[in-house]
Amino acid sequence: MTKQHANWSPYDNNGGTCVAIAGSDYCVIAADTRMSTGYSILSRDYSKIHKLADKAVLSSSGFQADVKALQKVLKSRHLIYQHQHNKQMSCPAMAQLLSNTLYFKRFFPYYAFNVLGGLDAEGKGCVFTYDAVGSYEKVGYSAQGSGSTLIMPFLDNQLKSPSPLLLPAQDSITPLSEAEAVDLVKTVFASATERDIYTGDKLEIMILKADGIKTELIDLRKD
Amino acid sequence: MTFTIPIENGNGVKDAEADSQRTLYPYVTGTSVVAIKYKDGILMASDMGGSYGSTLRYKNIERVKAIGKHSLLGASGEISDFQEILRYLDELILNDNMWADGNSLGPKEVHNYLTRVMYNRRNKFNPLWNTLVLGGVKNGEKYLGMVSMIGVSFEDNHVATGFGNHLARPILRDEWHEDLSFEDGVKLLEKCMRVLLYRDRSAINKLQISKMTEEGLTVYEPYSLKTFWEFSAFTNPTVGAEGSW
Repeated sequence: MTKQHANWSPYDNNGGTCVAIAGSDYCVIAADTRMSTGYSILSRDYSKIHKLADKAVLSSSGFQADVKALQKVLKSRHLIYQHQHNKQMSCPAMAQLLSNTLYFKRFFPYYAFNVLGGLDAEGKGCVFTYDAVGSYEKVGYSAQGSGSTLIMPFLDNQLKSPSPLLLPAQDSITPLSEAEAVDLVKTVFASATERDIYTGDKLEIMILKADGIKTELIDLRKD
Repeated sequence: MTFTIPIENGNGVKDAEADSQRTLYPYVTGTSVVAIKYKDGILMASDMGGSYGSTLRYKNIERVKAIGKHSLLGASGEISDFQEILRYLDELILNDNMWADGNSLGPKEVHNYLTRVMYNRRNKFNPLWNTLVLGGVKNGEKYLGMVSMIGVSFEDNHVATGFGNHLARPILRDEWHEDLSFEDGVKLLEKCMRVLLYRDRSAINKLQISKMTEEGLTVYEPYSLKTFWEFSAFTNPTVGAEGSW
């Protein structure tokens, strides 16, 4: 008798796009608010951005149930860290924790495409980008999710990152001002919404600075 | 993303036995549940049918049940799994009551609990084959959410499962608004259920509406909707597309 195979998939793609851009003293994290399944929209008002620590904000798209579980794991690990170290986790520390958490489920992955944004110890913006199993890199900007292929090339064009092959290693933090970066984010999402069916409805933008977090909610096309 | 994952376990000799315990496909199923927030709370509607494949085996199944003092749970999918979930929730509510501390689990808490249960079963490759709708009112705050069989959950002003997602949600997106009166809410739900009756093969014309407000739960008597089958689109469906069927 042949082995029985499941006729259902433990995964689903609930769509959506996440973007983050690091600046000299700020970090912009943005994501659309549409949650889909197949060709249906489940919610037009679902936030994909989660604040993990004062200086670390996670934005994830992909399979929403895995994203929620991942978020809970990170939240509780952060609470334990705070109890043990009497301080909040720094963004680079959270970045490493996220990578380890993802790899921990290397053989039944969290189907989550993450972008972690925040401020480092010096107050400079930092963005970390991940794949589903924890491979990560510190970058100046990143896009993940269903619209990432539409957005990333445009960000490359606009934010002109220096070559990673250069020595000594050069910062990829953008010299753009906060207002310019937010404007760029609005532009890329408007474009991605046009062509990606899973991106749209509303755009949630979180701007992290040393003195706090600001949130903006902007309408996108609903079709 | 499609996936065929062989269901494995390390039991060796006991393989077949353990595998026979896993859910492979549903047997007795319920179709859509539709729910909306209205001025005073939550309205939830479902029909009372339980299908055994294409046979309409059961015609008196209540697919919406009260949970604790504040919540309503509606389910589509496998009826036996729904009954199992009700047993889990019975235990949850019982333990909550035993604290006797004046606090009681609200819809948000129950929704979160159900999300965790569904997700954990999905992780073990043995899902509860249901899509659940959880609505309620606590301390004046209305709450309405949904959980799927693989643990995807969200909350909104109106939710629907199965075919309801395709047929009812668009109607609700167009016509739902804040502070619906009870009469308008019921009319809206009836509109959705009527469309489902016309177009969902597994729907039956015997629906039950339940209401949850701050004051408590009211389950209305089952009744049937008036239907009209003489629409020209029904009597002459191919008039616009000759040669079609």
